[in-house]
Amino acid sequence: MNPRTVRRRMLAPAAVLLSGALLAACSSDTPLDAPAAASGSTDTDGDKPSEFFERSEYKRQMALARETPRGPAGKPWEQMLEPQMTSTAQYEKKGSGGVHLCFSNAGVFNPWRQVGLKTMKAEVKLHENISDFTVLDAQGKDDKQISDIQELAGNKDCDALIVSPNTTATLTPAVKEACGKLPVIVFDRGVETDCAVTFVNPIGGYGYGAVAADFLVDEVEPKGKILALRISPGVDVLETRWSAAKLAFDRSRLDVADVKFTDGDPAKTKSIVADAISRHGSIDGVWMDSGATAVAAVEAFEDAGVDVPPITGEDQQDFLEAWKEKKLTAIAPTYPTFQWRTPVIAALRVLDGKPVPKEWKLPQPTVTQANLDEYLRDDMPPLHYAMCGCRKLPGYPEDWGGKK
Amino acid sequence: MTTATATGATYQRVVRSLGTGAPVYALLAVLLVLLAVTDIGFYEPDRFLAFVKRAAPLVILAAGQYLVIVCGEFDLSVGAIVTAGVVAAAEVYGSFPGAPWLLITAGLLLAGALAGLLNGLITTWLRVPSFITTLGMMLILEGAVFYWTGGSPHGQLPQDFRQLGRGTALGWLPWAVVACLAAGALAVLLMRSDFGRTLVATGDSERTAALSGVRVHRARVIAFVLSGVAAALAAVLVGGFSGVSAQAGRGYEFEAITAVVLGGVVLGGGRGSVVAAMAGAFSLQALFTLLNLRGVSGALESTVQGVIVIAAVGIGAADWSRLRRRRTHSSGGTPT
Repeated sequence: MNPRTVRRRMLAPAAVLLSGALLAACSSDTPLDAPAAASGSTDTDGDKPSEFFERSEYKRQMALARETPRGPAGKPWEQMLEPQMTSTAQYEKKGSGGVHLCFSNAGVFNPWRQVGLKTMKAEVKLHENISDFTVLDAQGKDDKQISDIQELAGNKDCDALIVSPNTTATLTPAVKEACGKLPVIVFDRGVETDCAVTFVNPIGGYGYGAVAADFLVDEVEPKGKILALRISPGVDVLETRWSAAKLAFDRSRLDVADVKFTDGDPAKTKSIVADAISRHGSIDGVWMDSGATAVAAVEAFEDAGVDVPPITGEDQQDFLEAWKEKKLTAIAPTYPTFQWRTPVIAALRVLDGKPVPKEWKLPQPTVTQANLDEYLRDDMPPLHYAMCGCRKLPGYPEDWGGKK
Repeated sequence: MTTATATGATYQRVVRSLGTGAPVYALLAVLLVLLAVTDIGFYEPDRFLAFVKRAAPLVILAAGQYLVIVCGEFDLSVGAIVTAGVVAAAEVYGSFPGAPWLLITAGLLLAGALAGLLNGLITTWLRVPSFITTLGMMLILEGAVFYWTGGSPHGQLPQDFRQLGRGTALGWLPWAVVACLAAGALAVLLMRSDFGRTLVATGDSERTAALSGVRVHRARVIAFVLSGVAAALAAVLVGGFSGVSAQAGRGYEFEAITAVVLGGVVLGGGRGSVVAAMAGAFSLQALFTLLNLRGVSGALESTVQGVIVIAAVGIGAADWSRLRRRRTHSSGGTPT
């Protein structure tokens, strides 16, 4: 074989590696509830002050967390925090016939969104006056969601349009255009326009991150070493969680030993925690920006043969189970899946001409040792989210993958 | 003069025995030294075994991928097989919590073999390029898992099933290391057997192999089946190590191919050793660990990984061609 053939043969690996990389990129999940495209700025250390930090919004969320919400107790998805009501008389639906709701969903690419969508569909079933519910799934693609929104807004049948945007900036023009044609309700992630009748979301990332960090400040002895585990850099809802936590740790006497990105991968999480334990001798507390890999972190301590230190997670079933079973010192702030019920309720109000808050801020409950049993249910699948507000909905628990 | 020739010959012999894998062994050595420098305690038995345990699934996947690549094909479906395996095991345990782990493991291996068999038959009989076949298989499996579970698999994986990925034998030797060694030994034996030689011959030149009596289709189908089994075994290890996850095998196909390429195995087939491919997997894992310990995080990690992969393969190709030329000169112009 001569050198030229050799070189020609080496072209193939390059091609395959490249396509492999593309494939890997395509098949990977967008983390949690996060706008994927916001990732332009990546601070590589993970512990620098984030450019996503906004002091006024931080203060607002801290204040909201102390507020008592208005609305029916026990139905947090109907509650509102500091609502500034806006009139919707112009959208009142006249004439007979059922309501046709339309929903442009960013996608169902993670368990949080799957639990949410099931909850939303069950909420729709509660209302007999909804005759049709059209859902278009954008599969996590901005371009698909833009055409989805155009199709739904141009459809004369839709009485109101609910949008859960895939990314913030890219979807803004499409939402603006739709606002001119029918009442629009945005929820979960935001857009850069306030043309929507209402924007439904819980308190937010600062509130989430602070709850978890304050817990560790209380539970861990001064000078204790904290391991902070984040999914990935540059995603705003996750960045706000971390920047609030960083603020709390900076004020405390705790030592943040490591800040690591896990990509939301349990195997990688386990390796990172195991390495951290052996490198620092001990880890006295674990802070996480989302709880999907919390069980893997707990197991890393078990496999290393040391006690599990105070740890933060999320309201995912497997973590709540591990918490109870292993008697962990833990807390679980939530990004509640019950928020998927609210846009349906809001849409019906708007079509009735009843006022709604311009920004519908929902409470963001926390699972603590005291209320753990209230949220933990046997026989739900490991990736179920407890804060679904779905227990009394038709089809529970089978539709959510649980056993009766 | 004579000594120079002698050292030259020794050098050549050493390099030839290492084959195209020479750069990967050098890379692995460098990474292991860097790990020792970065973290003094890395070579404590417990920690080193834990490192091997983490690498085990990738090593097994790389061995399987090697078999497919050396006969001139690709298997992009292994990551999806890992995911499907973990999720299927969780689902089965969700319905039958008391199922014996051996039965479930055997079932998974059989299912992996079946997926590989389909890949092989479609590639050889229908002459669909394996790149497309296994890409299709990957999409089918991912979609099926998603449809089946709605994204949230049922049930936990019980401790006895997770023992292989998580537990230790004799209190200190992780089962995953045992599985890794066993799979490695089997792969080496296989490559030394007649079948191994036919597999390499098939990859080198399908026509020559066919003319000399090799049943090239059968050899390739068997390679795919073994790759499927390796992926299923990796699924048992991954599921054991980290528990239920709907993305357990994410990116593994890419890592396995990278490991094989790092090992100097020529894509298109016909050249490269399985040991070097497995060393490639260890190198990748060592690289991940090193980056983690050095605090290189997030986005930069894949950049470093990409640079190292390209460099290692590039160096491998350059060395090899120079060697060829030198040999042509020394043999005085006689055709090789």
